[in-house]
Amino acid sequence: MAGRSAQISTVNSQAVGVSYILLGAFLLIYPWFASPFWTVQIGAQSFILGVIALSLTFLAGYGGMVSLAQLSVAGCAGYMVAIWGFNDAKMGLNWPWVPTVFMAILIAVIFGTLIGAVSVRTQGIYTIMITLAISVGFYYFLRQNYPIFNGWNGFAGLKPPVIAGVNMRAPTPFYYLSLGVAAAAYAATVYLGRSTFGLSLQGIRDNDRRMRALGFNVTAHRILAYSIAALIASLGGVLLVWLNGRIDPASVGVWRTIDILIIAVVGGLGHPIGAFLGAVLFILLENFAIDLIARERFNLLIGAVFLAIVLFSPDGILGLWQKLKKAMIRP
Amino acid sequence: MKRNLTRLFIFLALVACLGLAATVHAADQLKFGALATLEGPFAALGEDGMRGVKLALKQWNYTVAGKKIELITMSSDASPDSAIKAARKLVEQDKVDLLIGPLSGSEGVALKEYAKTQPQVTFLNGASAAQDTTLRDPAPNYFRFQTEGAQWMFGLGEYVLKVKGYKKIVTIAEDYSFPYTQVFGFLLGYCQAGGKVLNRFWVPLGAKDYSTTVASIPEGIDAIYVALGGADAVNFLSQYEQAGGNKPLIGGSITMDQSVLGSKGRRRDFVIGTPSAGPIADSYDKPSWTKWVGEYRQEYPKGFPSPSLFCYGYYCATLAGLEGLNQVKGDLSNQQKAFRAVLSKMELKAPAGSIKLDENRQAIGDNFLTEVELGKDGNLYNKVVKVIPNVNQTLGWDRQKFLDLGPVGRDNPPCN
Repeated sequence: MAGRSAQISTVNSQAVGVSYILLGAFLLIYPWFASPFWTVQIGAQSFILGVIALSLTFLAGYGGMVSLAQLSVAGCAGYMVAIWGFNDAKMGLNWPWVPTVFMAILIAVIFGTLIGAVSVRTQGIYTIMITLAISVGFYYFLRQNYPIFNGWNGFAGLKPPVIAGVNMRAPTPFYYLSLGVAAAAYAATVYLGRSTFGLSLQGIRDNDRRMRALGFNVTAHRILAYSIAALIASLGGVLLVWLNGRIDPASVGVWRTIDILIIAVVGGLGHPIGAFLGAVLFILLENFAIDLIARERFNLLIGAVFLAIVLFSPDGILGLWQKLKKAMIRP
Repeated sequence: MKRNLTRLFIFLALVACLGLAATVHAADQLKFGALATLEGPFAALGEDGMRGVKLALKQWNYTVAGKKIELITMSSDASPDSAIKAARKLVEQDKVDLLIGPLSGSEGVALKEYAKTQPQVTFLNGASAAQDTTLRDPAPNYFRFQTEGAQWMFGLGEYVLKVKGYKKIVTIAEDYSFPYTQVFGFLLGYCQAGGKVLNRFWVPLGAKDYSTTVASIPEGIDAIYVALGGADAVNFLSQYEQAGGNKPLIGGSITMDQSVLGSKGRRRDFVIGTPSAGPIADSYDKPSWTKWVGEYRQEYPKGFPSPSLFCYGYYCATLAGLEGLNQVKGDLSNQQKAFRAVLSKMELKAPAGSIKLDENRQAIGDNFLTEVELGKDGNLYNKVVKVIPNVNQTLGWDRQKFLDLGPVGRDNPPCN
């Protein structure tokens, strides 16, 4: 299982501190030299897609449960932002942004927990199938429901709030907001991975019968993992609608779901940072593949890159790097 | 952990170097962005749209007012999200002066809203033909030099009722803004003339399996109005024929368009004689039209037997942009004020007829009633039955009364 490499780190904590500082400094000064397009469409969007993929990495890497319904949870949060707040179709409840975001996250977490409750007794391919079915069902439900969800058109005009006079949708503030949420989600995931709960979850991933024999409530642990993943995904979902200013069924369709899976797998399912690495690579390819290769064939390039990475390294880009380093050390 | 972060740091540093690369925008160069559906069920239509753009640019030698034109293309998949993403890249990263596109109806409605946030770029609608893109809440920098879905259906309703004698029909169309517009335009005329609609079937865009729809078509009808596009139309027509269906068809504008008639595979003889309507007719004998079709065939031997209406829409949009730039001698200063003023008043001499814009920057043009016939070369073409000149967006109605009919949707018009 790809998740086995998410071990407890025993490296020199000083070295870890230095790399955190380097990375943090780079990310903090990034908007000062990058253009608005690169700040928001590449930078902030990588953080947001990375957060949604992180919820999948958390479930799959630490819990051994590959759930394809994470984007549906994020989309649910996004739709709730539209319905509880303001939208162009004038179908919202027009609540102010704080209670709107709170309701969105609450409902998305409940939705995610329900998905978990349904999927918890399945394993491996069956978890994938049932979560995929829920995701596709959610998509078709949104598409044909007009009274509440406005069907194919979805909702537009979803604006982030103005906090203390700063327009959150301006490139630099939005970037920092996404960076903050991504950093918090990442830190929480890493911390959880080392906590008692995280260790139990990994134990359940490796051998759930033994854990059950030891007296752990395996079902409860798994459902809680789904809820935590739903919380992470819903944060990503709120930021996603603030980024795009709109949401419609196509945003949570099966193609987008596969995109999230690709991001998580290519980055490396065992490492939380892999979600963000995969997101950066995916967004760069999505935007620039058409400049590199013929107009009719750019999807081929995207597919070929992902196929190559997965073929040569089941553990994604990070696994590739590890292999390369090992190969270089050997004389 | 440390290894992972170092890796990430190096990776991001490389990425940032790309971000530093400034996009060069020379003063004597113009950038055109073209956006079409090169993915999904409308991929073949998008390719033909791109052919239209390139045909216009080639005729002008990629130069206008002494400046060279650089064409940058992006793809979408008929979903509004993908169109906005692609437009963002063209406008915010590549810094295009003009954006030609999109192709699909709902993409146009979303792109119009985006255009309002980017006043420094002029948007020339490619082939998207939903009504709401220009009828309600238009954007001041969004120009559509092509009639829309409801205008395309003007006159077809009365024709099929009075001339063909189809008194009871059902409609089958995809469930989004453009087919709503087509059904609206068709039923407005058809129901007013006394026709009856027994049922309206709405299928998801990209649906592959039409067996339930085909099975639900009632027996006591005279014809089926089909407003599907691209791969959906091809799938439905094949499955209907295989199921033994033999009711006469009435075609929506993109159903009996070259993108479906000219598709590879067994020729569909059962559509011969199907009436339809739209902004062009393949076998039109106007000299400017036959000349243009000849140029398309010469330039694109691998294209359709005759250009589709998507090619035509994108061609007219590009042509309008080029003519406008030529008239203002390439002056795009002051947020393209002079250029847009010229566009608003332009009478475009397009191959199939003249096009003028109304106060919402929506085209007023001729509409063609057509019928499918077998050409001498064994391909299927649309022949002209009637040309209706100067159809405007309110279909001849008083503007306020037309707006009071309400926006297009699944149940508009009610037809009681």
